[in-house]
Amino acid sequence: MTTPQLFFAYFAVAMTVLSLLVVTRRSPVHSIMWMLVLFIHIAALYLFLNAEFLAAIQIIVYAGAILVLFLFVIMMLNLKKEETAKKYQAQWPVSAGIAIILAAFLVLILGKIVVLPSLGEYSIEAVKTEGIMMTTGKVLYTEFLLPFEIASIVLLVAIIGAVVLAKKRIE
Amino acid sequence: MVPLSWYIVLSAVMFSIGVFGFLARRNLLIIFISIELMLNSVNISLVAFSHYLQSMRGQILVFFVITVAAAEAAIGLAILIAYYKHNPTIKVDEINLLKG
Amino acid sequence: MEMEATISLLDMRLLVPELTLICVGLILMLLDLVVRKKELIAAVGIAGTLVAMYGTYKLYGFYNPQAAFAGMFVVDGYSNFFKLIFYLNIILTICISLKYMAIEKASFGEYYALLMFSSTGMMIMASAADLIILYLGLELMALSTYILAGFMRNQPRSNEAALKYFFLGAFSSAFLLYGISLTYGLTGTTNLKGIAEALSTLSIMDNPITYLGLIFIIVAFGFKIALVPFHMWAPDVYEGSPTSITAFMSVGPKAAGFAVLGRVLFDAFAGMQVQWAAILVPIAVLTMATGSIIALAQTNIKRMLAYSSIAHAGYMLLGIIAGTHDGLTSTVNYLMIYLFMNIGAFAIVIMLRREGVQGENLDDYMGLSKSHPLASALMLIFMFSLAGIPPTAGFVGKFYVFMEAINAGYVYMALIAVVFSAISAFFYLRVVMYMYMKDPVKEVELTTSPSMSIALAVTAMMVLIFGIFPSILLNLVRLSILG
Repeated sequence: MTTPQLFFAYFAVAMTVLSLLVVTRRSPVHSIMWMLVLFIHIAALYLFLNAEFLAAIQIIVYAGAILVLFLFVIMMLNLKKEETAKKYQAQWPVSAGIAIILAAFLVLILGKIVVLPSLGEYSIEAVKTEGIMMTTGKVLYTEFLLPFEIASIVLLVAIIGAVVLAKKRIE
Repeated sequence: MVPLSWYIVLSAVMFSIGVFGFLARRNLLIIFISIELMLNSVNISLVAFSHYLQSMRGQILVFFVITVAAAEAAIGLAILIAYYKHNPTIKVDEINLLKG
Repeated sequence: MEMEATISLLDMRLLVPELTLICVGLILMLLDLVVRKKELIAAVGIAGTLVAMYGTYKLYGFYNPQAAFAGMFVVDGYSNFFKLIFYLNIILTICISLKYMAIEKASFGEYYALLMFSSTGMMIMASAADLIILYLGLELMALSTYILAGFMRNQPRSNEAALKYFFLGAFSSAFLLYGISLTYGLTGTTNLKGIAEALSTLSIMDNPITYLGLIFIIVAFGFKIALVPFHMWAPDVYEGSPTSITAFMSVGPKAAGFAVLGRVLFDAFAGMQVQWAAILVPIAVLTMATGSIIALAQTNIKRMLAYSSIAHAGYMLLGIIAGTHDGLTSTVNYLMIYLFMNIGAFAIVIMLRREGVQGENLDDYMGLSKSHPLASALMLIFMFSLAGIPPTAGFVGKFYVFMEAINAGYVYMALIAVVFSAISAFFYLRVVMYMYMKDPVKEVELTTSPSMSIALAVTAMMVLIFGIFPSILLNLVRLSILG
């Protein structure tokens, strides 16, 4: 095994274990803490794949905003009773079976994936000359301008939705 | 060099773990976190594809997925709080006002 | 595979209808701060929708195909016809919700604004020629609809509906993204035309990974359209949501889902028609069977209409399975007809709702013809149409879909559909029987309003006109799709 492969092997094992921890902890707070560790690993993996911008976004938005929002909600809800309740639904072995079959199926098919299409223009060297921020910005504001604008409306709807659903009743 | 398929297999395994969490857990918050786990596993495969294809498309899509995930979290948690005000439970098998 | 970015400000011109709706949504929220009368807000909303409709119709030619934003966004007859469905959906929904939301004590300006944003999402989906745009349009539509489903936040039923809709919707988006990711990884692009090209130049149509991506995308849209076995959310969500929103989302998101399914399967995966038809055939049979059979056991009319909506999605799928442009035409034709008959039926359900009375049970319809002959007659028309009895439009819609299935060689599918259609006639006619052949057990008062009367008149008239003169609508659809 070469060094990058060893590096990847660590990440693969750690991320699988962390994912399992996230979905099997009893307390949502513990789940979220493991999720935070998982997100840091994902961000590191993005760095490994030369996606520095996304690594930063992963930490800032996912870990910094979304997980904190989850923690706030857990604080608002009084979840004392949930701590002692059963963790899994009655039919959880069936769910586990479905997940294992899905995983086996996906691994079997996707294990053979190779790069087929002709390569694009954004090789590591090409990105390095401008820097990842510049490249991302250029692409985002030219070729992907329309999705960028739609994303702004999605965020607007999120604001309206949170206000409509969570504010105190008027009547 | 790490082959592309390794990343994709890692992403598939994480996706399946997320599916398991969604289907098996009772706590709605953890079910929600499982959905986030599924989204993150897709993001890993997108970034890996983007890197190996030397195209920016995958990275840009991940950027939008993260944006939408933030919006989704805001709305989903608002719905959860609105629900909790009337029914103080977040166990998924006790949510059964509507059935038939 | 990366395309040269050629985007100019002029590309914005094709977005005029969408931008209009977004502006109207923002104006409605501002108006809500200064105007007390909700009628005015509703009127502005309808007027704004009409402006957007005019924009779609006149601005650059209804049938004239044009692309913008480096081929990500297309405006053609196909997308414009779907936009027509979405506009009518907004207008009719506003008409039937005005009084209803006041009774439910949830009449806020945001309601109308969210209708606009949700429909904008649907329009973006109909025009999407790129999987990224498609995903964002879908999320815009879905997030707005989750909020609308939970809009009556003082009612546990509505909260629960929103909760179930949200969780299953978010779950299905993850599947959509997985499908998009695999398709992107194989073809190197997310552009629908680019995918079609890559599939043939790289000759990866029989690659299991391509197949996997296709399955994930179909599963995700199966959730949105409520195809069996991805339908489990639909009955609960339809029952718990505000009735006007049930009407809205049994037409809008379904039509948008079909628009995208048609575009993705016919443009990007055109070469894999045998494969996707093989996936869709069992889904269609299950959908028709489940929808028709479980509806028989329902006593809540909203729940019954939910299963009916599932069954109708199964019939519509036949046109897609046919895999021809005529088949697609018959599906789109059916969607337009479904818009009128379904919103009409929900309008009658809404009329039975008043202070302190839910009016959603089948028993509430007992002897309705004695006290309210006109409303009963309208309900009769809608039920006949949903059951597919001539001379209503529902018959025409089903007839063309079944015929296209037979033309494409799916005779057995058409036969199965006819059988389930006959079974489903039973529960529609049961409502009619309750209204006309049972004695009233209690006094039923109807809530009426001028806007409601307009909506009922328009829907009933359209159901009859399209039933008697089917060629009017069919020619329009044909022109839109075939160019």
